[in-house]
Amino acid sequence: MIKIAYFPGCSLEGSSKEYNESLLAVSKEFEIQLEEVHDWNCCGATAAHNLNKVLSISLPARTLALAEKQGFSEILVPCAACYSRLLTAYNELNKDAALLEKVKEILEIDFSAKVKPFTVIDFIQKHIQPKLKEKVKKPLNAKIACYYGCLLVRPPKLVEVERYEDPLMMESIVKELGATPLDWAFKTECCGAGLSVSRTSTVGKLCSKILDDALSRGATMFAVACPMCQSNLDMRRRNANVFLNEKADAPVLFITQLIGLALGLDKKELGLQRHFVPFNLEIFDKPIPKETLGKSKKVEEV
Amino acid sequence: MHDQNIVEALRPVLKHKVKENTEEDIMLCYQCGKCSAGCPLIDEMDIAPNQILRMLQTEIPELEEKVLKSLAIWLCLACEQCYSRCPKDVDLPKIMDYLRAESIRRDLVNPKAKEILAFHKSFLDSVRLTGKLYEIGLIAGYKMRTMHLLQDVNVAPTMYFNGKLNLFPSQVKNKKAIKRIFEKALREEENK
Amino acid sequence: MSRIGVFICHCGENIGGTVDCEKVAETAAKYPGVAYSVDYKYMCSDPGQNMIKDAIKEHKLTGVVVAACSPRMHEPTFRKAVSEAGINPFLCEMANLREHCSWVHLKDDSTTEKAEELVKVLVEKVKRNQPLEPIKVPVTKTALVLGGGIAGIQAALDIANSGHKVIMIEKSPSIGGHMSQLSETFPTLDCSQCILTPRMVEVAQHPNITLYTYAELVGLDGFIGNFQASIKLKAKSIDHDICNGCGDCIAKCPIKKIPDEFNAGLGTRTAVYVPFPQAVPNKPVIDRENCTYFTRDGKCGLCAKVCTKGAIDYSQKDEIITIDVGAVVVATGFDIKGTDFFPEYGYGRYKDVITGLQFERLASASGPTLGEIKRPSDGKVPQNIVFIACAGSRDPAKGIEYCSKICCMYTAKHAMLYKHKVHQGKASVFYMDIRAGGKMYEEFVRRAIEEDDVNYIRGRVSRIYEKNGKLIVKGVDTLLDAYPVEIEADMVVLATAGIANEGSEELAQSLHISYDQHNFFAEAHPKLKPVETNTAGIMLAGACQSPKDIPDSVSQASGAAVKVAALFSKDELTRDPLIAYVNRCGPPTYSTCVGCFLCVSVCPYLAIEKEQIKDRNGNLIKEVAKINPGLCQGCGTCVALCRSKSIDIYGYSHSQVFAEVMALFNERSLENV
Repeated sequence: MIKIAYFPGCSLEGSSKEYNESLLAVSKEFEIQLEEVHDWNCCGATAAHNLNKVLSISLPARTLALAEKQGFSEILVPCAACYSRLLTAYNELNKDAALLEKVKEILEIDFSAKVKPFTVIDFIQKHIQPKLKEKVKKPLNAKIACYYGCLLVRPPKLVEVERYEDPLMMESIVKELGATPLDWAFKTECCGAGLSVSRTSTVGKLCSKILDDALSRGATMFAVACPMCQSNLDMRRRNANVFLNEKADAPVLFITQLIGLALGLDKKELGLQRHFVPFNLEIFDKPIPKETLGKSKKVEEV
Repeated sequence: MHDQNIVEALRPVLKHKVKENTEEDIMLCYQCGKCSAGCPLIDEMDIAPNQILRMLQTEIPELEEKVLKSLAIWLCLACEQCYSRCPKDVDLPKIMDYLRAESIRRDLVNPKAKEILAFHKSFLDSVRLTGKLYEIGLIAGYKMRTMHLLQDVNVAPTMYFNGKLNLFPSQVKNKKAIKRIFEKALREEENK
Repeated sequence: MSRIGVFICHCGENIGGTVDCEKVAETAAKYPGVAYSVDYKYMCSDPGQNMIKDAIKEHKLTGVVVAACSPRMHEPTFRKAVSEAGINPFLCEMANLREHCSWVHLKDDSTTEKAEELVKVLVEKVKRNQPLEPIKVPVTKTALVLGGGIAGIQAALDIANSGHKVIMIEKSPSIGGHMSQLSETFPTLDCSQCILTPRMVEVAQHPNITLYTYAELVGLDGFIGNFQASIKLKAKSIDHDICNGCGDCIAKCPIKKIPDEFNAGLGTRTAVYVPFPQAVPNKPVIDRENCTYFTRDGKCGLCAKVCTKGAIDYSQKDEIITIDVGAVVVATGFDIKGTDFFPEYGYGRYKDVITGLQFERLASASGPTLGEIKRPSDGKVPQNIVFIACAGSRDPAKGIEYCSKICCMYTAKHAMLYKHKVHQGKASVFYMDIRAGGKMYEEFVRRAIEEDDVNYIRGRVSRIYEKNGKLIVKGVDTLLDAYPVEIEADMVVLATAGIANEGSEELAQSLHISYDQHNFFAEAHPKLKPVETNTAGIMLAGACQSPKDIPDSVSQASGAAVKVAALFSKDELTRDPLIAYVNRCGPPTYSTCVGCFLCVSVCPYLAIEKEQIKDRNGNLIKEVAKINPGLCQGCGTCVALCRSKSIDIYGYSHSQVFAEVMALFNERSLENV
């Protein structure tokens, strides 16, 4: 049994419960225990760094400090926004000793900021993917648009992802689930993120462009690894459809839910009933559309 | 006349304050426009991102004020597209963070940005009180601030029935610690 | 008894403004051994020099100290003056009061004191100076030209036409370089090959030029006038003395899918090949990395079967030859970034996003489309084409902060050529600035805009992606308040940054020349020595120094050729004799050298050898170090390392340097007493 420090973040306790459920369910299948950092708090998200810099470092720093005190050296952060905040705090605290001192004083915790955050994609690549193929029971017959959004790949100086303009990590995962990854152009465009509540129509417009590009190239569903991406493409689908000629009904699943389905886990165990755009298993029975051919070299050739 | 020159010389130049607080040098920008070209919200912005930097480069007080009064600084999603493609490595999202804070400090927030600001404030209220984001609390606070009482009445019930809304907030145990972080961080900000 | 003259220069206000020169002259007059001391506004002027000459005669001076600027500036001036007055030039030394004192200190008594001490030190040195004679070395009047592009060709022809021998080596199978790949040239639109090929032929036929293609420099030893170049002649696998260039072997070669370097990867070639129809020499070579005879153990051999002359020789071996040359012109050219350098433009995966060099091949009558503009993916004529300037250039985030200089002009040319070939097509250029400084250059760009209706948009492109067979190009017009511009293009041409050739760092190291952080070779002085390198006898020509266009490359090449011709105009070279020597004395010691030869192992110029001292009967007495005066550069490494103090440097002997230090030390210690 591997034990890994876990920071679910607020979304996974609320509007993105299914991400939490499916992540835990999949981890269990691979005999990995995710241990929540005791008494973690909100990272402050965009609100804090929009308004107050010290606060935007101190809030995530508390969780890093708690994890350190609880004996961990790295921490799994499934939410892309939380990940970005925690990683920013980690980097800033490690390069600026004066800031670390200030934050230690604010938190009243003595720590060295050595707990490094990592994403669900990192987690899957390291702990799940090596044993994934042999565990797949129900290969997925789907053409999946892997959608990364912003903060899993940007800024490249912070997150150090290879091919940040055209990442292929989730593509390689869904391929092992038996699905066909879609070669498309909007996988790192922004969904509108934090403007979801305050400027819903803007979010609808941005999401419509993302949906349009994927669907016009033959996607049958989406894979995401960020609660904001998921909720904007799913919960704000009605707002996006306003901008589309044809209403989009492709479901948006967390990558962990897709893995769970391929492992043969129960739909409910993976929280699949919680989506706004309904997900039915019949989707895998439909024939997948042929490749809409472009003139470029295929991703595999690159 | 002479006095006025002194006043002008002592006036804090916004681009210098940006440099002091963010280490970002606005003079690096050579106006290629790549940030604006890749910005997902360029259509809705009243001032394009590269124009914002240009205005700050000039040091003209009216243009600085125009920037702080703009809606654009509030629309920026910090999606990091501009920064990741900037040939001069200018961290525009970081600069936008500072401009927003400065806009609040000088009480120049664009009226059209009140929803965005209300959301941020409600969000932080929730975190301040519970240590976590309490979504119902967030929405309630946001609605009170904006009086958009009917917004999202169509999604909320579904969220509830899908089990996505918690009626009671999940809370951090050590709420005192969170309260202290807010107090100290706000004091830091005021000292600037 | 020494009679030293001291001459203090004010250098206008440069020294006089900070240092009390009059006082320095007065103080110097009191130093032991000083017979005459004076200050003057400009010592380097004619009256100043005459003061020195007159004083030498009048006061019978035995040595001179000129306290003025850096010796790098005026040492030759003053040494010439003293020798005209009849004393050995090496009895004149300079104290650097400008760079070492007045420019770096404030006006103050202590500044003047420092000036006095600088003079004092040099007085003590000059007292111990010995008359020296310059070293004379013969000159090998053969030039080595590295690289057969337009710069190398021009330099070689100019040197050859001034009557000297030239060895030209070119790493590819033909000379011609990048210019042979170009379609037409700005700002005149004359055909590149039409003006180049006569020059290529001239090189091949010139009696003074020996051309080695498919050859590389592997090492260069020696010094100005006396270099030894080691050159690897790669096996061509075809005997060019027998081959008549009929091309039968090429026609029959079954390996046909090798990306064609000459066509910038847009076409293919065979394993036995001539790079292009006008190649010089126009005889094929076998590319052993791709030929199955070599990669699969003797499989195939078709070319040997069809060759009626029996010229194919699979057994040829790489050969290394050594040639004596007196000067080197480095003209190895440049390269460009590929489209895969750009994440935001698709990592090189879009076939219709091409480089400027690829566009040259599409527009060239000798190219893969015979000059028709057809896009690589499906061969269709693009109706909407986008050119992007500054692709990678002026982009510090990508590690290239410099301007590649040629792209503005060739992009205007490309857009123009496109419009001339596809009349109804639409051409857009995204640019940041238009840099068209050059004769008829600005007019040329305006012609593209005004007469050929090319749409210039000021702004960098944020992203390119493909949708429904079109390339979506996203930018803004920064002259229209960042108005979004999204073009559905059929083809995009990136004016990718010009960069140093792969391996240029290693080449610079083997030539002992400097290079900059981008591996372009460094000129000796950015303004006044633009064709020389820091290593005497090695010149630069063309884009290996920095990206440059044809006129600039040709000008620089002619400049380099003149430098070589000037060097070759003398039968021997003189140079300062400030070199190391191992002492000699009478029997029974002969030399204090104990023969440990540590010096041999540290000498960077390989200038130290072993010498046997024998008695009259030829019996070995001892083995000592000996310094070759032709190779020694006077760096002093051996002096520092010699355990028995047996090595000294003329002009900087132990006793001189010791006296300089003591001059300062004694005074200080007296003050402290």
